[in-house]
Amino acid sequence: MSRYSAFGLLRGALNGQKHWQPAWRDAEPKAHYDIIVIGGGGHGLATAYYLAKVHGLRNIAVLEKGWIGGGNTGRNTTIVRSNYRLQPLHDLFEFGLKMWHNLSDELNYNVMFSPRGAMLLGHSDADMVRLAERGDALRCDGIDAELMTRDAVAKLEPLLDVSRSARFPIEGALIQRRGGTARHDAVAWGYARAADSLGVDIIQKCEVTGFVRDGDAVVGVETTRGRIGAGRTGICVAGNSGHVAGLAGLRLPIESQTLQAMVTEGVKPMINSVIMSQSLHCYISQSDKGGIVFGGDPDNWPSYAQRGNPMVMEGAVAQGLALVPALSRLRMVRTWSGVTDMSCDGAPIIGATPVPNLYLNGGWCYGGFKATPASGWTYAHTLATGQPHALNAPFALDRFERGATIDETGTGPMPCSR
Amino acid sequence: MLLIPCPFCGARAQTEFVFERSVDSVVALDATPEAAMAALFTRTNPRGPDDEIWRHTYGCRAWMIVTRHRVTHVISAVRPVGPVALP
Repeated sequence: MSRYSAFGLLRGALNGQKHWQPAWRDAEPKAHYDIIVIGGGGHGLATAYYLAKVHGLRNIAVLEKGWIGGGNTGRNTTIVRSNYRLQPLHDLFEFGLKMWHNLSDELNYNVMFSPRGAMLLGHSDADMVRLAERGDALRCDGIDAELMTRDAVAKLEPLLDVSRSARFPIEGALIQRRGGTARHDAVAWGYARAADSLGVDIIQKCEVTGFVRDGDAVVGVETTRGRIGAGRTGICVAGNSGHVAGLAGLRLPIESQTLQAMVTEGVKPMINSVIMSQSLHCYISQSDKGGIVFGGDPDNWPSYAQRGNPMVMEGAVAQGLALVPALSRLRMVRTWSGVTDMSCDGAPIIGATPVPNLYLNGGWCYGGFKATPASGWTYAHTLATGQPHALNAPFALDRFERGATIDETGTGPMPCSR
Repeated sequence: MLLIPCPFCGARAQTEFVFERSVDSVVALDATPEAAMAALFTRTNPRGPDDEIWRHTYGCRAWMIVTRHRVTHVISAVRPVGPVALP
């Protein structure tokens, strides 16, 4: 496959850009693969890419029930950051954040990563203490975190309502300047193109309908395009993990819930960073196309429907308007939702399952996009070697029965953020 | 938004209700450690109908079990639970 380059673009200009080729093959399923990754989202494609690139495996397939990147990879708010409080979380996400910074070069595909700063607002003294504690935890591990005064916040984001009469007064913020946003579709397409060029078969419109068993062990999958044998099989379908693992008879510490996002008409630059408030649970950023992207709480009740609920939408918009009153002049042009795997401690699950040869990557709650490179890297290691990478060892499926949960928000054994 | 048929008040908007948890996550008082563990930390989470506990918090405050499809959101049954449902 030819590399994308400025020179290639110039040369194409001379012959009417007729040199463009499909970025990946439309592969037909083979009878057997060494490793099958179920799920052609960012995580699944990244896993296949690192299996081929880092572990030298070639006989790999990614099975996708619809089209690649059509699930949560294409439905998130594209925020990338690593400022989590607990060590296993910030270790994993920081590993990923470092990969984001040269991902476009790595994939030879512009993922439009924009480290514009990810800012967590503090609305009270207690909030500021909490943010300072988190910043200290991050800096102890060499991750950038900077506590901002209210004046500094107002300077970075002049349209935030920092007045004393604001509905949600702003006392300051914690910013991670290396955080930002990326182009979500490009992440899926970039990984797909790079994986395909290393021989990975990307098989779309191929839904897994069951597992082929030899005794306990999984030795293949039944799909809408026939039976496919596999050495190891990795589930990577966050949102539908409960359903797919259920086909193998597993009950997971996961409940599927709807998470909505929405975008306004495009306007000139008005939001410079990623504004997040975890006390309110609202996040606002501006896409490169100019639309203001909003997100809020998940709908706190189980659903696999990829459609939203006006109650929750209203809550997110009300919070956004209170923070940035100027947004009231904009028209909302699209709303959509994805299905999230809400895990019982708010952290992902990457590792082996009780079923031999079957592995799980899921439970990403509402924060999986930012982890795409790290998730793929660690899951590829796990699938290739059968052993967890040091970074995903704490995220084993059996951590709940061992009492070793990774409970960032301290919500206890409920798969939601109440 | 759902329209939930409360057994006492009739069909009411979802804004009046609060989702509590799915029935399979209720820990029985006499549960073995394994059963308690499974109820606390795992879910059947079907891509189909499931039994859920809801409360008409901003209405009659009664608890009920709602059988609801997780994709179509169609509610096929609602029955009251708690003291009012005892014989």
